[in-house]
Amino acid sequence: MSNSPALHFHGSATIAGTPIFDPLDLDIAAGKWTCLLGASGVGKTTVLRLLAGLGDHIDHVGSIAASDGQSLAGRISLMAQTDNLMPWLDVFDNIAIGNRLRGDAVDGDRAERLIDQVGLTAHRHKKPNALSGGQRQRVALARTLMEGRPIVLLDEPFSALDAKIRAEMQELAARLFAGKTVCLITHDPGEAARLGDVIFVMNLTGLHSITPPSSPVIRPYDAPDVLACQGQLLRLLRETP
Amino acid sequence: MMRALRIVGVTMLILFLWHILVVLTGLPAFILPSPARVGLALFGNFELIAHHASVTMAEVMIGLLLGTFLGVVTAISLALSPIARVVVRPMMVLSQALPVFALAPVLTLWLGYGLWPKIIMALLIIYFPVTSAFFDGLMQTPRGMLDLAKVMQARPWQIMRHIRIPAAIPALASGLRLAAVYAPIGAIIGEWVGASQGLGYLMLLANGRAKIDLMFAALIVLAVLTLLLHASVDRLCSYVVRRQQA
Repeated sequence: MSNSPALHFHGSATIAGTPIFDPLDLDIAAGKWTCLLGASGVGKTTVLRLLAGLGDHIDHVGSIAASDGQSLAGRISLMAQTDNLMPWLDVFDNIAIGNRLRGDAVDGDRAERLIDQVGLTAHRHKKPNALSGGQRQRVALARTLMEGRPIVLLDEPFSALDAKIRAEMQELAARLFAGKTVCLITHDPGEAARLGDVIFVMNLTGLHSITPPSSPVIRPYDAPDVLACQGQLLRLLRETP
Repeated sequence: MMRALRIVGVTMLILFLWHILVVLTGLPAFILPSPARVGLALFGNFELIAHHASVTMAEVMIGLLLGTFLGVVTAISLALSPIARVVVRPMMVLSQALPVFALAPVLTLWLGYGLWPKIIMALLIIYFPVTSAFFDGLMQTPRGMLDLAKVMQARPWQIMRHIRIPAAIPALASGLRLAAVYAPIGAIIGEWVGASQGLGYLMLLANGRAKIDLMFAALIVLAVLTLLLHASVDRLCSYVVRRQQA
């Protein structure tokens, strides 16, 4: 997917007079996974909301630009920690909700293919209440893919899942989002070490670029360089304010 | 089955206590008739009561449908338009300061003695609870769903139709449950003020002719019908909400 642009975020943010973060520059690489790691409350989600165009209540002084110079509107999809599935729609209709909301025709074959890719064929007609937490995030993943957007913003999408399912979801996401420009917000050093082509640690002093392990994503969770990177990230999180 | 037994049991208990009260206090039948007398009046005037009950229930049902429709339309308009919220909402709250009962004579003056003043009374009395319950539901759509829709570039009306309305159905259901109990009150007050038919009219008529047993019979029929209406609306709402989410 060569049409996935790089993004550049610059600036500071204030919400209702309270400063969230000082001016910072964030480069999100084209067609790769950029992980933004940080403790709760440092403003990671504020950055993501601004990128997603959800910053109506945020005073952002700065700029957001794509490397191809075009607007970001209509080129972004979002996946959050809560799956935000509509409880009244079944799996298929939840995946196709974007088309319904825009009044487009639904590409049924494409939706079926995505259901198959996330391994939910047997659950196609179930409603969210009948699914497990992991299955629900799979639906959210398929819904994100259904949008077919080149830029994907992930706001701690796997943090509510248990360790085994989280590892599976990371692998599935890495495979299915390949080629897209992905920005992953996470507070899990292990997740950043596995998935980041580019890794930033965000804290009260700003953004710090960290050299990721040299192997390509997605990396095995138990490889020595991944574990070393995970340790380094955790130390950074603990030692800096 | 257990439920039915419980209802029969509670009814029997109430009738028994009522009977004991009449026997112990020795109240005359024109103040508090015994359950047996009321039962006789009920069966002796069955056709008469059934006729008046059908009129009252027609008023209630039409008022319920129209009030629900108007309440739903108002709630959606308010939720879509901030201007409507600024203009209409204070008016609605103000209108609640005016007792609906006080409007009954005016409505009878304007619309005569037929069904319409009663329908309007039932409508007015349920309009506010339906509107405010549904409106609150529409304004409490989970934030994440709205964010998602915005990133997906949905238009406000599509968000309303595909997300906010379905998400507010449980809230509307609780408004309707209240409405089912309120609507008969409106219709009966309308009948008291001026009517030639209906259970409210029959109660006044029976009272005026000192047929207290008939008045109680009409009252009991009204109570039973209101309970049945509430139970049906409750069942229907629970079914719809359950179907929607499972």
